[in-house]
Amino acid sequence: MIAFVARRLALVVPVLLGLSLLLFVWLRLLPGDPARALLGERATQEGIDRVNHLYGFDRSLPEQFLLFLGRLARGDLGSSIRTGQSVVDSFLERFPATVELAVAGLGLAVVAGIPLGYLAARRRGGPLDHLSVGASLLGVVVPVFFLAYLLKYVFAIRLGWLPTAGRQDVRLDATHPTGLYVLDGVLTGEWDAAWDALRHLILPAMALGAIPLAIIVRITRASVLEVMNEDFVRTARAKGLTRAVIRRRHVMRNALLPVSTTIGLQAGALLAGAVLTETVFALNGVGEFLFTAVNHLDYPVLQGFVLFIAVIYAIVNLLVDVSYAVIDPRARQR
Amino acid sequence: MSPTTTRIRRLIAVAGATGLALAITSCSSERGTQKTAAGGDKAGTFVFAAASEPVALDPAFVADSESTRVANQIFEGLVSIKPGTAEPAPGLATSWSQTDDGLNYTFQLRKGVKFSDGTPFDAEAVCFNFERWYNWNGPLQAENISNLYQLVFAGFKTSDNPALTKSIYKSCAAEGDAVTITLTRPYGSLIPALAISSFAMQSPAALKQYKADDPGASGDVRRNEYSSAHPTGTGPYLFESWEKGQRLTLRANPGYWGGKPKIDKIVVRIIPDGTARLQALQSGEIDGYDLVAPADVQGLSGAGFQVLPREPLNILYLGMNQADPLLADIRVRKAIAHALDKQAIVSQTLPAGTKPAEQFIPPPVNGYADSVATYDHDPAKAKKLLEEAGAVGKTVTFNYPTGTSRPYMPSPEDTFVAIRTQLEAVGLKVNAVPEKWSPEYLERIKAKTDHGLYLLGGTGIMNSADTFLGIFFGRKTVEWGFEDKKLFESVAAARSARNLTEQGEKYATVSKELMDLLPGIPVAHPVPSLALSPRISGYVTSPLAAEVWNNLQIKG
Repeated sequence: MIAFVARRLALVVPVLLGLSLLLFVWLRLLPGDPARALLGERATQEGIDRVNHLYGFDRSLPEQFLLFLGRLARGDLGSSIRTGQSVVDSFLERFPATVELAVAGLGLAVVAGIPLGYLAARRRGGPLDHLSVGASLLGVVVPVFFLAYLLKYVFAIRLGWLPTAGRQDVRLDATHPTGLYVLDGVLTGEWDAAWDALRHLILPAMALGAIPLAIIVRITRASVLEVMNEDFVRTARAKGLTRAVIRRRHVMRNALLPVSTTIGLQAGALLAGAVLTETVFALNGVGEFLFTAVNHLDYPVLQGFVLFIAVIYAIVNLLVDVSYAVIDPRARQR
Repeated sequence: MSPTTTRIRRLIAVAGATGLALAITSCSSERGTQKTAAGGDKAGTFVFAAASEPVALDPAFVADSESTRVANQIFEGLVSIKPGTAEPAPGLATSWSQTDDGLNYTFQLRKGVKFSDGTPFDAEAVCFNFERWYNWNGPLQAENISNLYQLVFAGFKTSDNPALTKSIYKSCAAEGDAVTITLTRPYGSLIPALAISSFAMQSPAALKQYKADDPGASGDVRRNEYSSAHPTGTGPYLFESWEKGQRLTLRANPGYWGGKPKIDKIVVRIIPDGTARLQALQSGEIDGYDLVAPADVQGLSGAGFQVLPREPLNILYLGMNQADPLLADIRVRKAIAHALDKQAIVSQTLPAGTKPAEQFIPPPVNGYADSVATYDHDPAKAKKLLEEAGAVGKTVTFNYPTGTSRPYMPSPEDTFVAIRTQLEAVGLKVNAVPEKWSPEYLERIKAKTDHGLYLLGGTGIMNSADTFLGIFFGRKTVEWGFEDKKLFESVAAARSARNLTEQGEKYATVSKELMDLLPGIPVAHPVPSLALSPRISGYVTSPLAAEVWNNLQIKG
């Protein structure tokens, strides 16, 4: 197992290098001049030239790329050309918000999606099946931001149950040792702060979790249906095993394999969805910052953040593969 | 009991638990409201949503509106703005006078004022600030760091860049309770310029202690210790804390010379998305936000929120690039001017209260001319002019930006559609070229010669035609595509007028000339507005968006 993980981790390095190069070239192919985006509509050409010189954008592309790699080797990803803040710092500052959101969104999708998919399969053709399939179809087609505005309108503005934006009531003075606000509240024993952070998390998690939830319901349903028709299930039943044992050991264990792959793939979609969700809910996470960076052509931020996200994506997929090995002993030999 | 029944029961239990959770949530939120109503800690807090994080708290280094908004609460300049107007008024200086040659300005300073760190505000402190700006060098001379200082004072004591060596500022002399600023050459806009928050007075002790001009560990002067944690001024509020990306907290300054503000605490939080700001106001999480989308104005006022318009200090114009041979013909430009129905453009695409523009500067600005050549909506005359120019049926390129909403240009796509229809009605064909605002569109207009008609404009940073005519027409630019030495010289002469009266007269002449030359067509002065919760009173909007929140009150 350790060798397996090490091999997979070693593979990540060339992938990241390739990605850096691709991203580097692609960013510079985008039309526009970051200095102009920075200085706005009243900038003079001289001012723009000076800023370009300051950030080295007037050097040749290979030269810029080598400089970038040199700094990367020293763990320096440069600073934002818009705010001057170091890319590593701004990522670390915002990452907890994104983790909290992604865990909540994916958690909601998994916790609700697997049972719903299973129930839909067991009651195939029944009203619950139709409802969950229909709802999951809706979950996939409704754009994240639309769902977000709608949820806010209903639960925050009409009903007044939940807040519309932010991670915590700004009038609360809470301490944040980890940056994961719900956990912080629990760790410091500030229960009202934890509860407030949780309330702020519900709607974003629903908006972000909608698509993964829908997909997990459908995959679980299909997978359970398929496994239930397998010969070994019939054999198990013929052996006289109880329904509970068949369900746990034979059906679910096999049916969950494709589901866990899907969850891994959803992690990528989740990070993409986080850009919109964080922006609409003002969560100040990685995604929201990335959104601003795209609008300002903030090369160092874009380059650094995408690299970080790629690393996280690689790690999540590695975890999925490891979970595979846990669920399915056959995968360990590969 | 069959397994199926158990499962359904479990499902019901889950649904029930979810419902319960939401119900508890709703109770707790009601509890929160009661606490507020009972006069708890929330009552004295004004929560304002900013569209983006302030770049820095040292006002000398920033020009963005969110940084400026915060700086206006912490800092004050020698000159302030009379509330509700764009007029310069006494600030930390109670009065001022100037010599006839326009080279020496003497300011009488307000007595008994202290910076929030307890050090006195005096003549030495004023000179310290002027000398600080003047002596900046190296990276501090970058356009994105000292943008406004360069715009106003034109240069530094020393610079590697020859363009930045011709400073207008020469020296500062402290004489008891007065300060005399000496200039190298006359500059007519000095008084309105000193009301810009970049030129606010900062505590010399704090600037030195926290090394305000040193990049520090962050490597950027805008994020150093002074600028992110110790901004020290004389204003009605004190800096308390700044959790990046979440909130910035200010406290009432108990020692403020104008009396302690009525609100104890201000929280500025960051909500980048416009719809999210609207929803946060509707749900009561924030007390206000700026730049309400025109489409939301009616809904908000209908629901009892305050939507306060600002007198516009801006201009939206239709530029006509004379590098395009078709538009180089004055007859074609005049025909386009007669083809436009500005009133229709305003009523169809711009916020309520907006007035059509006749000049490139808005009416409150010093230098607005009494009368200029006007071009009434007259399609017949437009057609005749096009015929004379042999331009009937010709295709004109029309560049416009997408995905942006500027205070002076809230919905460029709609404005484009309205104008295109009017141009086609007089027999021109329109080749529409939409581009993303930043940087593609700006690049097309400011750096490339292949644009035709285009939409652009600007918002004034001070009550001076410098920030309109001076920036637009001070020299040859790719944007307008024409060279007119006489015009550029008139602008330079107006900029270096000896006093405001003389400057007003000179700019009025320039404004008149411009409407004969017709490099573009002033379209409108769109009205920006600000939304506030009904519980806030005492908010007076300023055309310069330079509102100080010391007179705000929270009801109930």
